[in-house]
Amino acid sequence: MKGNEVIAEAAIQAGCRFYAGYPITPQNEIPEYMSWRMPEAGGVFIQAESELAAINMVYGAAAAGTRAMTSSSSPGISLKTEGISYLAGAELPAVIVNVQRGGPGLGNISGSQADYFQAVKGGGHGDYKLLVYAPFNLQEMWDLTMLAFDKADEYRNPVMILTDGVIGQMIEPLYPTPYVRPELPEKDWILDGCKNREPRMIKSLYMGEGELEMRNLILQRKYEKMREKEVKFVGYHVEDSEVLVVAFGIAARIALSSVRRLRRDGFKVGLFRPVTLFPFPEKELSMLAEENRRFITIEMNAGQMVEDVKLAINGKSKVLFYGRPGGSIFTPEEVQEKIQQSLNYQPHLAKTNLIL
Amino acid sequence: MKKIFKRPISLKQVPFRFCPGCGHSLIHRLIAECIDNLGIRERVVGIAPVGCAVFAYDYFNFDILEAPHGRPPATATGLKRAMPDRIIFTYQGDGDLAAIGTAEIIHAANRGENISVFFVNNATYGMTGGQMAPTTLPGQKTTTTPSGRNTKTAGFPLRVSELLSTIEGASYIVRTSVDSYKNLINTKRAIEKSFRYQIEERGFSLVEILSPCPVDWGFTPKDSIIWLRKEMMSVYPLGTLKDKFKGKNKWKKELL
Ligand SMILES: Cc1ncc(C[n+]2csc(CCOP(=O)(O)OP(=O)(O)O)c2C)c(N)n1
Ligand code: SF4
Ligand SMILES: [Mg+2]
Repeated sequence: MKGNEVIAEAAIQAGCRFYAGYPITPQNEIPEYMSWRMPEAGGVFIQAESELAAINMVYGAAAAGTRAMTSSSSPGISLKTEGISYLAGAELPAVIVNVQRGGPGLGNISGSQADYFQAVKGGGHGDYKLLVYAPFNLQEMWDLTMLAFDKADEYRNPVMILTDGVIGQMIEPLYPTPYVRPELPEKDWILDGCKNREPRMIKSLYMGEGELEMRNLILQRKYEKMREKEVKFVGYHVEDSEVLVVAFGIAARIALSSVRRLRRDGFKVGLFRPVTLFPFPEKELSMLAEENRRFITIEMNAGQMVEDVKLAINGKSKVLFYGRPGGSIFTPEEVQEKIQQSLNYQPHLAKTNLIL
Repeated sequence: MKKIFKRPISLKQVPFRFCPGCGHSLIHRLIAECIDNLGIRERVVGIAPVGCAVFAYDYFNFDILEAPHGRPPATATGLKRAMPDRIIFTYQGDGDLAAIGTAEIIHAANRGENISVFFVNNATYGMTGGQMAPTTLPGQKTTTTPSGRNTKTAGFPLRVSELLSTIEGASYIVRTSVDSYKNLINTKRAIEKSFRYQIEERGFSLVEILSPCPVDWGFTPKDSIIWLRKEMMSVYPLGTLKDKFKGKNKWKKELL
C-alpha cells in the first residue's frame, strides 16, 4: 500500500463514510481507492466537479453527522479554503488531507512542505485554527488519520493531515492497528429533520451586536484547549544535543538519518519533530532553548515553520535554517553537511538566510 | 367556523423582515405550506443561500443549514447522500445559483441528485444593494450598470432553466412567478411537485420563480409587478421546460 492508500483505508476503518474529492497529483490514489472501497464499506464516494464542490459536499455530510473526508494537493487546497473557513465557523467536524506539492501556482508535482503557513496560520478568512497533523512515516499516516476523525468530532472542528507527495507515494511496512473508538460526546447538533425535537440550524453568520465577537471568543477558547491538550512531538537525542534540528514530516525523516549518522561519528546533535503543527509544541521547544545550544530548522520550503521555532526560542538560542523550495528534496548527506556547518556557523559569513 | 387560512406550522411565529413587496416572503410561505401539506416537516433539511434569503433559519420552522455563496447544490448533495430518506432543498438567488454557483448547479443536475432546488430570479443582487446579476435584463439599470446592462460588454440574461433542461440528469424544470394569484397557485403546485418527485426518488428538480425586488429595481411594489410581467416574462417565459415523468403522476389530481 502507498502512503495515500494507507490514509484512505485508515479513514474507512475509523468510520469515515463520506468522501468527495477531485483528481490532482500526487494524491490521486486517495480518490481512486475510495471509489471502490467506500461503496464496499457502505459509504458514499463522489468525484466532485471541483475542490470547491468537494469541500461543500463534505460540509453537508458533516452537518448530517457522518464522518466525512476530502483530500487534495496544494492548488486544490487553496480552492477548499473557503469551505474550510465555513467548517470552522459552523463548527463542523471533517478531515482534510493535503498531499503537498511544489508551488506557488501550478508549481510541480513533487513533494513539498510549502503549505505550512496555509495550514497552521488559518489559510482562509477569519480567525480560525485547524488541528494539523504532520505524519512522517506510513505508520503515522495510519494512526494520525484515525486520530484525526476522533479529534474532529471531539472538538467539532476541521482537522488537517498535512503530508506531501513523497510520503503519499511511499511504500513501507506498517502495523495496521485496529481502530478503537474513544468515548466521544453525542452529536446532539446534527441536522437530520426535527422529529421529536426543536428545529436546529448550523450557520456561521452572526449579525447581531457583539454576537460574532462572542462566537469568536468561544472558538478561541476551543483552540486554547487544543494548545493545552493536543500537542504532540517526538524528540531524538535531545537532552545532550549541542545542535538541535527541528523538522516535521518528510524533512524530519531525512534529517533523522543525518542525525543518526552524526551521532555515530560522535557529534552531539538531536532532532525535535513536531507531530502537531497546530498546536505547535511551543513550550516544549522553549524549555530546550539554552545559550550553548543552537537550533537548525530544516524544511522543504523557503522558511515557514522556522518563524514559529524562532517565536518559541524567543532569542534565547541561535536559530538557523536550511530549506529547499519548489518541490526539491534534499538527501541525508546534504542535510548532514548543513548540520555540521551549523556547528561552526558564523552569522557574519552567511550569504542568505535560505542556505547556510 | 372552520379556519381556512392560517400560518403554516413550517413557518415560525415571527414577521418577515424583507422589504415591502419583496417576493421572498411569498416564496417562503409557499414552501412552508407545501411542507405542511405533504407532512414532511420533520424530515426536511433546507439550505439557506448567501443572499437576501440567508436568514431562512429565522423563518422556517425546521432544520436549516447555511452554505457558502453558490455552494448549496454541493452541500445538498452531501446532506442527501448521507441521509437519502430525508427531504433536502436548496433556496437560491440568481447571483448564488447563476453566477458564483453555476458549476455546482449544473453538476448537481447532471448527477441527477435527488434534491429540490428553489431558484429565486429577481434579476439583481438584492442583498448587496442591487448590482447586476447574470439574469439582469438588457438595458436594465443596476448599481454596476448605471446606464443599463450593455450586452456588448456585460453579456446577456442567462436562462438557467433552459440550460438545465438540456441536461439528461435533470427530471423536472419549471419556471413560475409570484406576480398574480394564479401564478402563486402554479408556483405552489410546482414546489409541491418538486417535493413529490424527491419523495418518489425521481431525481433532480428545479423551480425557477420570477420574483420582485422593488427596492433595488427602484419601483413601487405595484410597479414592480407590472415590470416583472411586461419585461421579465418576455425574457423568461413561464412554463414547464422539462418533465421526465410527464403523464406518470398518479397523484396529479390530489395536488392542492
Ligand atoms: C464568496 C462571496 N462573494 C460575494 C459575497 C457577497 N454577496 C452576498 S449576497 C450576494 C448576491 C446575492 O444575490 P442573489 O443570489 O441574487 O440573492 P438575492 O439577494 O437577490 O435574493 C453577494 C455577491 C459573499 N457573501 N461571498
Ligand atoms: S433587497 Fe430585494 S430581494 Fe432583498 S429583501 Fe429587499 S426587495 Fe427582497
Ligand atoms: Mg437575486
